[in-house]
Amino acid sequence: MTGRILVAGASLGGLRAAEQLRAAGWTGAVTVVGDEPHMPYNRPPLSKEVLAGKAPFASLAFTPRSAAQDVEWRLGTKVVSAGLAERTVALDDGSTVSYDGLVVATGVRPRRLRCPGPLTGRHTVRTLADAQRLRDELTRPGARVVVVGAGFIGCEVAATAVGLGVAEVTVVDPLPLPMVGPLGALLARALLRRHEERGVRFALGVGVTGFEGEDRVTGVRLADGAVLPADVVVESVGSVANVEWLEGNGLDLSDGVLTDELLRVGGRPEAIAVGDVARFPNARYDGVPRRVEHWSIPTDTAKHAAKSLVAHLSGSEQELTPFAPLPTFWSDQHEFRLQSFGAPVLGLDDVRVLDGDPEGDVLVGYHLDGRLTGVVALGGHAVATSAARYRAQLLKQPALTS
Amino acid sequence: MKVVVDMNKCQDHGQCVFAAPDVFSMDDDGHLAYVPDPADALRDEVEEAADVCPLQAIRIED
Repeated sequence: MTGRILVAGASLGGLRAAEQLRAAGWTGAVTVVGDEPHMPYNRPPLSKEVLAGKAPFASLAFTPRSAAQDVEWRLGTKVVSAGLAERTVALDDGSTVSYDGLVVATGVRPRRLRCPGPLTGRHTVRTLADAQRLRDELTRPGARVVVVGAGFIGCEVAATAVGLGVAEVTVVDPLPLPMVGPLGALLARALLRRHEERGVRFALGVGVTGFEGEDRVTGVRLADGAVLPADVVVESVGSVANVEWLEGNGLDLSDGVLTDELLRVGGRPEAIAVGDVARFPNARYDGVPRRVEHWSIPTDTAKHAAKSLVAHLSGSEQELTPFAPLPTFWSDQHEFRLQSFGAPVLGLDDVRVLDGDPEGDVLVGYHLDGRLTGVVALGGHAVATSAARYRAQLLKQPALTS
Repeated sequence: MKVVVDMNKCQDHGQCVFAAPDVFSMDDDGHLAYVPDPADALRDEVEEAADVCPLQAIRIED
């Protein structure tokens, strides 16, 4: 096989795509383009071990498979536009690259708050540079921290900040409970209590209207008029998919890039999307295309999408099956863990305790029409292991689509 | 094939056990146990286990 596959994005999704193209038998050139200066590295520790100063960068770097050693890495370079009809992409160094196959793996960036006030002192956590800058500020004596957004990253950062011994940390969210979207109220209440017992404060059911301060932030103004004093602000209010470079190609870019069930983009068999930039239907569930930001998704999507791309480029008539991953996520906060299998979010109206007690370690099941759609464990290792026992059952269930 | 797990990194997520149950398991205390020299026929599943390890603690030495 000759020709070139261009992979736009050099994080976990780009790396796994390059490896899986080789595993699927592609012997032509593979070029990976990424805007960060680093080889792909593991991001989950950024809000935990890296912030806590326990993990040096060397421990985060992925080790590419040996079969992918001849892949060309163009780091510190950004893809700025694409012509899918011409099969070219333009890079920010002014060059244009032609391709036979394209992998969209440009991921997401943190959404920023637009309300008025100074920018200095306000942080996000997506890149290694972000985490290092935030760590510098969290470790100043007496730091008062406000975390805006009580999702995965917000809750993890708040827990890490407490562990670092900051003077105070308050989590603000317009919703009434932390992580209530992915977990539902029962588990979110248990999570809130665990955080409060460990010293995290919360301002819930209230939004942020602005930031106080001249040159740098000194406080966070809330919709109810209160002002929380702050030396450090962390904005963890969701993500925006990096798809601007794909504009002008007639694609659906309303939230990430829409794909079909083989992760193909715009009906083009030579263009695929992987990782959290991809909005894909999951044949295991309702077939509604969604972006999924779980850590497992770059690897799952890359494996499936690489097969469909290489099959097309090699002229194979092989029948391909629709993408149907079993989602899984985890989150480490303080000394406890959330561990999930399946799709809790599809069963939020029928939540049952399967094991334990919300006052302690607990395993919760989520149901739709009486059928289990997902489980989440909250607590120590034993309850996380009990969640894993439901994984086989979730895998065996027929699709929810019929 | 030689498999090495960095036990300083391992946090007992157990994802490797799903991917390669012939090679990885959890002992009664919930800690990882594994076969350090599995048959080459198991390479695909061991590679899968290395991919899905959240701590990237699994290394395959040829």
